Amino acid sequence: MIKKSLFMSMKWLFSWVALACTVGFLQGAALASTADHSQFKGLQQDFKSGSAVTKACLECHAKAADEVMASKHWAWEFPDPHSKKMLGKKNVLTSFSLGIQSNNPVCNACHAGYGWKDNSFDFTARENVDCLVCHDTTGSYRKGSGMAGHPPVAGMELPPGSGNVKPVDLKEVAQNVGKSSRDTCGACHFHGGGGDGVKHGDLDSSLAAPEKDVDVHMDALGLDFSCTECHKTTAHQVAGSRYALTAKDAHGALMRGSKDGRNPSTCQACHGNVPHKMARLNRHADKLACQTCHVPQFARGGIATKMTWDWSAAGQMDPDGQPLVTKDAEGRVIYDAKKGRFTYGENRVPDYFWFNGKVSHLTASDKIDPTRPVPLNRFEGVPGDGESRIWPFKVMRAMQPYDKVHLTMLKAHTTGTDEDSYGKSFDWNKAIARGMKEAGHPFSGQFDFVKTEMSWPITHMVAPKEQALNCVACHGTQSRLAGVPGIHLPGHHAHGWLDKLGWGLAGLTLLGVIIHGAGRAFAYRKGARK
Amino acid sequence: MSERIYVFPLFERFWHWAQAILIMLLLVTGFEVHGTYRLLGFERAVETHTVGAWTLVGLWVFAIFWHFTTGEWRQYIPTLQKVDAMIKYYVYGIFTNAPHPFRLTRLHKHNPLQRLAYLGVMLFIGPLLWFTGWFYLFYEYWAVWGWEPYLSLQWVSFFHVVGAFLMLLFLIVHVYLITTGHTVLSHFKAMITGWEEVD
Repeated sequence: MIKKSLFMSMKWLFSWVALACTVGFLQGAALASTADHSQFKGLQQDFKSGSAVTKACLECHAKAADEVMASKHWAWEFPDPHSKKMLGKKNVLTSFSLGIQSNNPVCNACHAGYGWKDNSFDFTARENVDCLVCHDTTGSYRKGSGMAGHPPVAGMELPPGSGNVKPVDLKEVAQNVGKSSRDTCGACHFHGGGGDGVKHGDLDSSLAAPEKDVDVHMDALGLDFSCTECHKTTAHQVAGSRYALTAKDAHGALMRGSKDGRNPSTCQACHGNVPHKMARLNRHADKLACQTCHVPQFARGGIATKMTWDWSAAGQMDPDGQPLVTKDAEGRVIYDAKKGRFTYGENRVPDYFWFNGKVSHLTASDKIDPTRPVPLNRFEGVPGDGESRIWPFKVMRAMQPYDKVHLTMLKAHTTGTDEDSYGKSFDWNKAIARGMKEAGHPFSGQFDFVKTEMSWPITHMVAPKEQALNCVACHGTQSRLAGVPGIHLPGHHAHGWLDKLGWGLAGLTLLGVIIHGAGRAFAYRKGARK
Repeated sequence: MSERIYVFPLFERFWHWAQAILIMLLLVTGFEVHGTYRLLGFERAVETHTVGAWTLVGLWVFAIFWHFTTGEWRQYIPTLQKVDAMIKYYVYGIFTNAPHPFRLTRLHKHNPLQRLAYLGVMLFIGPLLWFTGWFYLFYEYWAVWGWEPYLSLQWVSFFHVVGAFLMLLFLIVHVYLITTGHTVLSHFKAMITGWEEVD
């Protein structure tokens, strides 16, 4: 009787919980905010520009623009406490673009602002801040390449000169603002380097709605984390940056409200630093970053990432005299006369090296040694310093121009339709001269191409635990960590001469006892015959 | 005419064979963990090696207790007496059907070379493997227990492998020398039945 009534009440409880969940789920979107922006008078207008929307936003969110202006998303600058250099997108070199300064209208489509087309851009004008690029929830907001961060509105062409006009309905977007999402962050961060998945290797559009295998945290049908779940954002300052990584977080989980200034986007900030049941696995973490085992490959979402980029190969024309473009079987551009030659990688095994949290970046004023591959950035760290762990990286390799006299890397004007643009003139001298002039660096007029390497830390695309690396990935003859200094891997690092000596002695001993035994058998038979 | 002496009581025989199986298991799995070949897969090899090691530790606790309560530990007191005669016998006499220089009794069941070899295994090879093995097993606690500054995995591994090779050498010689009894199989039978045939 009691059992039955208990069963009945449990059944009721389950029904109610299920019902409550369903209602909660259906109302989730509405419940997330107490404000319905479509009811706000200030947003019921036909906006003529992005800046007009921003002005309306600032009527209520008065401090928002100032907060954004203090962020990397706005300044594209990062004062590096280690090297004392000014880093950030404005200053660092990459293999994916040859400097932003002469290419602002294109590059700055990903600036969280409106109108940064040249050095005259006003970084202090609040109405230049772009609120919608992060807060759009409709998916219809976009910023055009070559439009210096402006969205296409009525009367604009996208791309410029194409005659195509597909204006963004700014009123619709403004009335439906909300929290940032994988889509809004991804609009830029999935497409870094000029295309889907090109730059990072662990960030591409497959993460917009990933399957569990691709990312266990962002799994659209599972945990469904947004980027800010880890990149916890306060006052528009987004935590967790490539410029200020936490290589070794030797703390437990981060307590809510804790004000110790810890990076909230580390694995340990949620999982603590003893997350495994097996002590031996926890012990691995004094040498390995979590990512080393838990991101077994990068570019796992079906979108390839660029692995090499040879700018020196640019400039080939097809038989009709038109710039040559070649695609591979999968339809990826592997040669573009305006850019050079590329190779791609999918499901790639990362490179591994020690990293202590300090990254040095090459800038256009640093001297280089052109006799060897030039590291555009360098992740510092050595075994045994107490700060370093072994991290996974995508290593991007390229050929790009350098100044033979000044021994510096060169910036070039590669985009746009003007005569100095490499994509128009196919003349590196013109493109480099313009690029260096706009960046404010000297150019001797003599250039050549040099091999470069750039490392990108792999930290997204965390696989479900069942797909984490197994022991033998490192503890085998073929080890992922082969060549990484300062570690001893049982199963991989044999003791060369000791093994030879040991097996040699064992073999000799075996031979000895066999001969001894044969001697006895021989003596016995001889004795028997007597 | 030969006579029979009861030399190996039941526990000693059990200890011997259990230990023999465990040592061979540990050698096979250990050299797999070392990376010499692939048999069970690294992870299973580590697990099996660990279970085997702890089982052997347990067995040894009983064996030590047994040796001291029965006084059988005296069988391993080393002596150099007749060692030269033993060596001469294995090098020469064994081929000429010379008499064995050692006469086995209940109180002296091991010849002088056996005493030295077994003592070496128990006081040197065994402890070398045990201690390095324990350092390995407790690797995750080095920092907690303050051992970190004094140990390196590389050297722990090195000496563990040294111990493994020494044990392998012992095993080869041991397995061969049990064929040198009254008949080829008499030592082997003795370790099964407890009764040794002597001249």
